[in-house]
Amino acid sequence: MSDIAARVKKIVVEHLGVEEEKVTPEASFIDDLGADSLDIVELVMAFEEEFGVEIPDDAAEKINTVGDANTYIEQHAG
Amino acid sequence: MRRVVVTGLGLVTPLGADVETTWANLIAGESGIDTITRFDTTGQKATIAGEVKGKDHPWGFDPDRRVDHKVQRQVDPFIVYAIDAAGQALEDAGLTEMDEATKLRAGVSIGSGIGGLPGIELESVNLAERGPGRVSPHFVHGRLINLTSGQVSIKYGLMGPNHSVVTACSTGAHSIGDAARMIKDDDADIMLAGGAESTINPLGVAGFAQAKALNMSMNDRPKEASRPYDRNRDGFVMGEGAGVVVLEEYEHAKARGAKIYAEVVGYGLSGDAYHVTAPHPEGKGAENAMRMAIRKAGIEPCDIDYVNAHGTSTMADTIELAAVKRVLGDDLCGASMSSTKSAIGHLLGGAGAVESIFCILAIRDQVVPPTLNLTDPDDGTEGVDLVPLKAKKREVDAVLNNSFGFGGTNASLVMRRVVD
Repeated sequence: MSDIAARVKKIVVEHLGVEEEKVTPEASFIDDLGADSLDIVELVMAFEEEFGVEIPDDAAEKINTVGDANTYIEQHAG
Repeated sequence: MRRVVVTGLGLVTPLGADVETTWANLIAGESGIDTITRFDTTGQKATIAGEVKGKDHPWGFDPDRRVDHKVQRQVDPFIVYAIDAAGQALEDAGLTEMDEATKLRAGVSIGSGIGGLPGIELESVNLAERGPGRVSPHFVHGRLINLTSGQVSIKYGLMGPNHSVVTACSTGAHSIGDAARMIKDDDADIMLAGGAESTINPLGVAGFAQAKALNMSMNDRPKEASRPYDRNRDGFVMGEGAGVVVLEEYEHAKARGAKIYAEVVGYGLSGDAYHVTAPHPEGKGAENAMRMAIRKAGIEPCDIDYVNAHGTSTMADTIELAAVKRVLGDDLCGASMSSTKSAIGHLLGGAGAVESIFCILAIRDQVVPPTLNLTDPDDGTEGVDLVPLKAKKREVDAVLNNSFGFGGTNASLVMRRVVD
């Protein structure tokens, strides 16, 4: 697992209070990890903070799975 | 007429994270007041409080017991305390497994005096330093007072009335009184009712200190600082926590064979119409609330055995005592009266609920809790049993709980042993 994926996983576990095993790249924040739309806003803020990236609203709306987050951050983190 | 009884209790206080620990400590004369540990008090005029202890403490609170990790992160501590105390009360009442029809007739009335001040403080700093885009999306609903009742209803599936009182330090008593009326009025058969507060944060302590409400002279002697009715009292000590009761319609409780602690028989409410923080100097509002509660209870003033006083350890104690004397008689007609704020501090919006639970336990165990630190009773206390320093065994059938709040809002509750 890449360093980014490991850090994303840690943030997701901490914010959503879910078990680490469930945080797979395919896992949907809403359908599999019990998040609601506000949790996703909070997660996006935490990713921005952790990786020093800015995730605009239209990009954030496309982040549905853990893998989506990993990919976006890999492509945009400096 | 529908009657309302108490069938479950839950407490999170500076003296314990459950009912029996809190009560045992209270009766043993322990104090939950100490130096503030939660934040750096440099520059604060008051540096002591009754904090709910951490889980490493012998009587500390473990939020993981009943509150989901995610919720803990999103809400202020007063809501966490409310959820836990509500869970305790449901467990105590044997109501953890309710069917759908029962849940439709089960509501929540848990309020708070101030609400999520620590979170408001933190997010204000966050906003100023880092901008609007960094404010938490959970900021609003994690601080709102009625999210006590909201979170409790969501967690336990309660679909009856969802109500939250905000009447400063009268909140807990009003919450129970209002909920009892909802049951009487057939809005519900079961109500979780109470109050919660947690404002031991820099802004909360500074705010009350600036309003000249807090004890600031005994920071070096925290356990002696809350001394209601004592000549040397000079301000309240802030506490935190929650108290929640299960109120239930009497026949409903009997039909399921529930343990019944007491009946809520009288509720009185009034306004001082006088000053924002000071009580009316003649205590007329307090007197009116007590008289109304006793009249509604259908008992005589002399039937009251124990008064849990508002008694905050401020100058207002004298005013309350004079009002109680006018209602019960100069010797309180033999009733004992104590202020448990001497041991746990002032839980503000939680006070009336926590203290009502102490009243109920006094009925259960036939013992009244002490007024700690009452070593030099003030003028006007002669001939009155203020239960100084040590708990006292005595007959307790009917109790009166007083709560008075900023804005001149007063609530009194009368509860008694159930007689068929």
